[in-house]
Amino acid sequence: MTERQTLNRQLAQMLKGGVIMDVTSPEQARIAEEAGACAVMALERIPADIRAAGGVSRMSDPKMIRGIQEAVSIPVMAKCRIGHFVEAQILEAIEIDYIDESEVLSPADDVYHIDKNRFEVPFVCGAKDLGEALRRIAEGATMIRTKGEPGTGDVIQAVRHMRMMQGEMRRLTSLGADELYEAAKQLHVPLDLVQYVHDNGKLPVVNFAAGGVATPADAALMMQLGAEGVFVGSGIFKSGDPAKRAQAIVKAVTNYRDPKVLAELSEDLGEAMVGINEQEIQLLMAERGK
Amino acid sequence: MKVAVLALQGAFVEHEQRLRRLGVETFLVRKLEDWRQAKDGLIIPGGESTAMLRIMKDGGLLLPIRKEIEGGLPVFGTCAGMIVLAREVDGEGRERLATMDIRVRRNAYGRQLGSFHAEAPVEGIGEGVPMTFIRAPYITDVGEGVEVLAELDGHIVAARQGRQLVTSFHPELDADLRIHRFFIHMMKA
Repeated sequence: MTERQTLNRQLAQMLKGGVIMDVTSPEQARIAEEAGACAVMALERIPADIRAAGGVSRMSDPKMIRGIQEAVSIPVMAKCRIGHFVEAQILEAIEIDYIDESEVLSPADDVYHIDKNRFEVPFVCGAKDLGEALRRIAEGATMIRTKGEPGTGDVIQAVRHMRMMQGEMRRLTSLGADELYEAAKQLHVPLDLVQYVHDNGKLPVVNFAAGGVATPADAALMMQLGAEGVFVGSGIFKSGDPAKRAQAIVKAVTNYRDPKVLAELSEDLGEAMVGINEQEIQLLMAERGK
Repeated sequence: MKVAVLALQGAFVEHEQRLRRLGVETFLVRKLEDWRQAKDGLIIPGGESTAMLRIMKDGGLLLPIRKEIEGGLPVFGTCAGMIVLAREVDGEGRERLATMDIRVRRNAYGRQLGSFHAEAPVEGIGEGVPMTFIRAPYITDVGEGVEVLAELDGHIVAARQGRQLVTSFHPELDADLRIHRFFIHMMKA
């Protein structure tokens, strides 16, 4: 592993215990920062609107991302399409702090992900299970998140992905040394990564929850299931009182094991985003890129 | 000996692990009740200072922590922790602990592409101390009574004032335990 990759994994370590919020304007970015976000994701449309609008969804306008970089002092992330390494080159050129190679945008390549080892800038990628997570890490991702189902306000898929990853990791730790070769074969991943999970019981990079988190309780649920932090997309700026909800989710991630604090944080938040149930979705974004 | 580790956001687990390796007991502070336990020192970890300050302020932690530091409680702040302790931060009026007479520039090395690793001597600790800078701040000015412990390319990256210790970099990310050991000495003194 290169020194740059180590530094990029270490930035993700600094984000732990924090909330990364989707924002579409400098004003929203400032609200997020004041509320205690540990980073913001700059994008033209939040996932709920991407889902509603349909059509091809691409990287955001660099000028719009720059406006957000100038508005806040916390790290700024942005999304590129799966496999679209030129969008990633552009985001690197404007010195983004983290690139999300994201299934929320329309995939540009249905076979290959970006060779992230060739970049200086860090990448976070989504994963539904351990195999996906380790393949993305082998490609150079220095942070992992669940895929959830963005823009729905329904946490069920993030829960499913997190439980799947944690369960598979627990299983790996219980295997004998001579069984790891077969595990690597079944997971379609390099042996050294399987060995790491076997020895440490966790991914070699930070693992966040993403997709469908809309309430302080959702955020705390993901933390108790093993997430090291939370992405909140549409859940904040699609709700009645974004500043208040943003603060409540930040504090819920800090106090995720404290039901009394969580009860206080859940009071008087106004309307949560309406959301769509899993069964009602036409397009499963989490199925993009494996 | 028991050390409180501020656990509002960031890399607090890494500090805990290093202190435990040195045989020091720790507990995490998330809210006021946690803070009320007896302690011999406090660590403020790396992470995002704006996030920590928001939670600290709303949780009523700012004043009680400030009071104990002013009363002589040893404290060690790394990166964001250094910002939280600084009396002044360039271009930022946000309320902080402000117990240490230093002026700090946030994100002084730029964005993530400016993050780097170096080795340099630290006064009272020794040569070749590994230093990991992640979107790091540095100190632009120090008041009387502040001892500069390390400089890198002409910028102050470690300092001490009485029982307060700060570093721009993250000793909690490297295997070298000398800086944590130095802080333990400060607590015993």
